[in-house]
Amino acid sequence: MPIELYRIDDRLIHGQVIVGWGQPMDLGFVVLVDDEVAGSEWERELYRMGVPPEVALYFASVDDAVAHLAEWRADPRHGILLTGDVDTMRRLTERAPAIREVNVGGIHHRPGRTERLRYLFLSPEEEQALRAMDARGVTVTVRDVPSARAMRLGELAGARSA
Amino acid sequence: MSETASPPTPAGPKAIVLAHGTVAEALVEAVDLITGRGDRFSPLSNQNLGAAQIDALLRERIDALGARVIFTDLPAGSCNFAACRVLKDRPDLIVVTGVNLPALLQYALRDGVSDADAIAAAVERGGSALRVLTGRPRAN
Repeated sequence: MPIELYRIDDRLIHGQVIVGWGQPMDLGFVVLVDDEVAGSEWERELYRMGVPPEVALYFASVDDAVAHLAEWRADPRHGILLTGDVDTMRRLTERAPAIREVNVGGIHHRPGRTERLRYLFLSPEEEQALRAMDARGVTVTVRDVPSARAMRLGELAGARSA
Repeated sequence: MSETASPPTPAGPKAIVLAHGTVAEALVEAVDLITGRGDRFSPLSNQNLGAAQIDALLRERIDALGARVIFTDLPAGSCNFAACRVLKDRPDLIVVTGVNLPALLQYALRDGVSDADAIAAAVERGGSALRVLTGRPRAN
């Protein structure tokens, strides 16, 4: 069973991921790709503490993720790979062509970002990076929870609220 | 013995309830309806906020209230991770996750007990409140 969801979410592990997506898919493992978290024992322990015991949790830098992606994709359990920002997913997809779909699940307000949906705020650079990813053949869709409709980037033009 | 009730023990600073959507507000409102002690809590929501914003909001509220106790709803939720991040810098705080109404009611009704004892009682009450009830007759 390949990793079923490659998701950009600035909350990383949280309720939507573990419960909203994870429970319906019988989630077996999460790969959290974040250079900062991967380098912090405290952050790793924090996330381990919150995740249900039946869900395995792997931490990786982008380099680690590139090296181990084939192994995770061959895992028989259902998996989710998470990054906390667009740039990390951009770097990963550039080096891991096996990733063909990316879900943008939540990027929240920060100065310089514009609201596109209630859970999606993008800077011009982030939007350009997502569009470039899409143009390279990685299907980029926007959806916070499984019951919502997946939107393509082109549908965001002019959207202000979900 | 005096005919009047003894004065209430000072409740101490408010506890913060940090939860998804409108859960915190609803829980605190329910505590107030049931006990009249909703003012012992300060509700916060993570709605439409990123991790950094939740963290900042929580720290601001803790400082404003002098809060020592934070209740969160979901162990794997962003509210709880934010509370645990604050806990790293503020080991004097106590974070309780998996909060429900019975737990908050128990905590609200504490009088004259330490935070630790009040929390232990709240956790016991909240945990034991989860029960399965069925309409089937009891087996003899």
